[in-house]
Amino acid sequence: MNRYLLPLGVFIVLLVFLGIGLNLNPRDVPSPLVGKAAPEFNLPKLENPAEIFVQKEMLGKVWLLNVWASWCSACREEHPLLVEFGKSGVVPIIGLDYKDNRIDGMRWLSGMGNPYETVAFDEDGRVGINYGVYGVPETYLIDRQGVIRYKQTGPITPEILRDKIMPMVKELQK
Amino acid sequence: MKHFLLILFFLPVIAFAKEAEPLAENPEVEARMMALANELRCLVCQNQTLADSHSDLAGDLRREMRGMAEKGMSDKEIVAFMVSRYGDFVLYRPPLNAKTLALWFGPFVLLIGVGLMLVRYLKTRRQRLAAQGQLSEDDHKKAEALLQNNGEQV
Repeated sequence: MNRYLLPLGVFIVLLVFLGIGLNLNPRDVPSPLVGKAAPEFNLPKLENPAEIFVQKEMLGKVWLLNVWASWCSACREEHPLLVEFGKSGVVPIIGLDYKDNRIDGMRWLSGMGNPYETVAFDEDGRVGINYGVYGVPETYLIDRQGVIRYKQTGPITPEILRDKIMPMVKELQK
Repeated sequence: MKHFLLILFFLPVIAFAKEAEPLAENPEVEARMMALANELRCLVCQNQTLADSHSDLAGDLRREMRGMAEKGMSDKEIVAFMVSRYGDFVLYRPPLNAKTLALWFGPFVLLIGVGLMLVRYLKTRRQRLAAQGQLSEDDHKKAEALLQNNGEQV
């Protein structure tokens, strides 16, 4: 009996490791930017290229940066929730329209509602790269000092909003 | 119908016909960028390198890397930028640190552990077999008697 114990133990340990490995989401790459200063950027606004959104002006506020695009189908999923959340006015949501076409972007907002205080237009995706964007939609929670506190890759769900984002927002706004 | 089939046949060709990416003016820069891109993982199609991937993001990242190479940044600096944005995940060769210890040494530890177990098992088995092979005093006498009597029953 005893001589089977060790191999069995090793087998169970391996099984546990494989189980954990299989259940991880390989799409969810931890961002090295969490806990670091949000990269600065100035971009023309979506609705008016002559106006510039200056990211620095958000200092002193807790805010959300939501990266989206009209070509992104997962953005369609989260958009109604964002519109709803935007209405509550808990935090300003800034949109980053990533690698999009200006007309398509504006059409999207007029058709589905606009939850954003401002939308910056990142036509060539440079700002997105600077933020480590790889799976749109992505949402960053940024604190008063301009530090990224949380990153959500993929659509925000009501659960994520309730259990992760809202508690952090409340904590940061204290 | 014939035309339709013809179109159907060429559809994939049309779908893949994409404008060629702009290359760097300098072939040296291009070669350096591609060598680096071969070491980096595409975040979108995670089983491809940045050099192989056709995803939009990979194209953009190659463009950024090309730009950095043209600006005279060293390979190290370019890779450091990529890691600072996308984490160690972009590296096909993960760096050795506390988090990756198990990754680097786990297989060897496992191999050595199994090896030790095997050695121990073989040793005990040999002892057991040796013990089984030993004849008792009585058996010895019996065997000798048999040999002396030329196989006749005692």
